Amino acid sequence: MKRLTAIAAIGLLASAGAYAADPNLGRNLAATCANCHGTNGKAVPGSGMDSLAGESKAKLLQKLADFKSGDKPASIMHQITKGYTDEQLNLIADYFAAQK
Amino acid sequence: MMLMKRRDFLKVGAAAGAMASLYGCAGGNKAGGHVVVVGGGYGGATVAKYLRMWSEGSVQVTLIERNPNFISCPISNLVIAGTKTMEDITVSYDNLKSKWGVRVLQDDVLAIDAAKRSVKLAKGGELSYDRIVLSPGIDFMFDQIPGLNNAAAQEKIPHAWKAGPQTVALRQQLEAMKDGGVFAIAIPKAPYRCPPGPYERACVVADYFKKNKPKSKVVILDANEDVQSKKGLFMKAWADLYKDQLEYRPNSEVKDVEVASNTAILEFDKFKADVLNVIPPHRAGNIASQSGIKLVNNRWVDIDWLSMESTSTPGVHVIGDAIFPAPTMPKSGHMANQHGKLAAAAIINLLAGQAPNPAPVVMNTCYSFVDAKNAIHVASIHQYDAASKLVQPVKGAGGVSAARNELEGKAAMGWAKNIWADMLA
Ligand SMILES: Cc1cc2nc3c(=O)[nH]c(=O)nc-3n(C[C@H](O)[C@H](O)[C@H](O)COP(=O)(O)OP(=O)(O)OC[C@H]3O[C@@H](n4cnc5c(N)ncnc54)[C@H](O)[C@@H]3O)c2cc1C
Ligand code: HEC
Repeated sequence: MKRLTAIAAIGLLASAGAYAADPNLGRNLAATCANCHGTNGKAVPGSGMDSLAGESKAKLLQKLADFKSGDKPASIMHQITKGYTDEQLNLIADYFAAQK
Repeated sequence: MMLMKRRDFLKVGAAAGAMASLYGCAGGNKAGGHVVVVGGGYGGATVAKYLRMWSEGSVQVTLIERNPNFISCPISNLVIAGTKTMEDITVSYDNLKSKWGVRVLQDDVLAIDAAKRSVKLAKGGELSYDRIVLSPGIDFMFDQIPGLNNAAAQEKIPHAWKAGPQTVALRQQLEAMKDGGVFAIAIPKAPYRCPPGPYERACVVADYFKKNKPKSKVVILDANEDVQSKKGLFMKAWADLYKDQLEYRPNSEVKDVEVASNTAILEFDKFKADVLNVIPPHRAGNIASQSGIKLVNNRWVDIDWLSMESTSTPGVHVIGDAIFPAPTMPKSGHMANQHGKLAAAAIINLLAGQAPNPAPVVMNTCYSFVDAKNAIHVASIHQYDAASKLVQPVKGAGGVSAARNELEGKAAMGWAKNIWADMLA
């Protein structure tokens, strides 16, 4: 199945011309969170916002999934997570987990 | 995992010769060159920092801003209400210079020569660029309110829709106003900068009156037919908190003013106030609206959502309030910051001979205070859609607060601290 999708995707790419994921896609997506959680996920100390930098990927993904499903009560994160695909959240979690 | 897979696709594709591209090979050249940024507000400061950070210093950046410090419009309504000070909303450009190596010039850009790729500066001389980013915010169409079309009138009837001396002027007038007076705020027809901003101002001024000048009133003269943002939450705050303080009048467009008597002139009516705050209609800041760049409705710059580059003028990127927005996208500081990052990523790619990210995402949040402590939010996420070539709001995502609450009052201040740092620290 996976193989088939890959081949289909390549066919699509070829017909659409130069169209491939940007190598910095995760970085760019994670930057959309920085307005509240700080540049590269380092929140301003004492600002009351959570830092995300260096959190484990599994923990981040779990929290994001719980926000999205509504299991984790939130003022705003339930609405924000619904705006991103699971694939995008995966890239974002990768990026923040890799920050020191 | 997905990233790895995608990279594999890339390799396979390239090997098959399917990835031949105008832009050369991903990951090949390093970005270099000189980017000039005009305006050090929410968009401009962000793009300047992110260009330096993401290019790891290989792109040179000059930021030209006419003011000595950044002064934030967000939170300025609390200065007007007396619970915050000008100091609280002022941030210096020092970190952009010392930490990020941005060359910051306090100057005014008078003109752009897009063919020569250079700008003309008020203090003299020209500066050349490889790419330029304009984030000039807005300028007012004072000709639409003839009585306001001079400096003395603008001091007496402030807009306070750019933070700075106008913010101070409005605060002073409210402080000087006798108890029992009337404060009127006039909202222009949409689109205008910060859709919830005028309603927030009306709330926090009403809160100030309630606590300090209880016989005084707030009147909202709205040119629009209805509340433009967070309607239910604002109307509930007015009903619950300001029943005796605040009156909302829709379809009340201010056409002119009588300065001597502080009177707003509506189509069929007049309204005299003790403190009159008229927000005139606005358009893209002059440097963007008067440089021959393609505009929409003669007011806002038409841009390509993959790069924020003007659709008419190569090498000129425009971000923030100055652009013609995508569907449901507000003119906000949060959004200007996100435009700045989209532009920074695209410019670095372009300077390295690569295509911009084909799948950009931007998101918005606007917190508004309804009194000194309680806030409400509106949020939206916008994903690029190749068919319409626009960033489109994601259905079922975003939304508004369930109810006003103190926790979000704290989050609003947390947002301000983090976005200021994201731009300037
Ligand atoms: C009262 C109020 C409350 C608001 N509250 C919020 C909020 O809570 N959240 C939110 O997200 N947004 C809010 N906004 C909206 C926000 O302020 C704007 O959307 C944001 O500032 C837009 O960013 P910008 O970079 O386009 O313009 P600006 O931030 O206005 O920056 C433009 C800069 O360019 C400079 N400039 C212009 N032309 C030149 C030139 N030719 N040469 C040199 N310098 C130049 C100006 O001096 C200015 O510093 C609010 C606005 C107001 C008025
Ligand atoms: C407008 C501000 C804002 C933005 C933008 C924002 N967040 Fe949040 N985030 C919050 C708030 C506030 C909370 C606390 C939970 C709540 O009330 O929603 C939070 C909580 C979280 C948490 C839980 C932290 C913890 O340790 O419990 C994670 C993880 C998170 N956000 C991830 C993200 C990601 C990823 C993005 C970008 C896609 C993002 N946030 C964008 C405001 C924001």
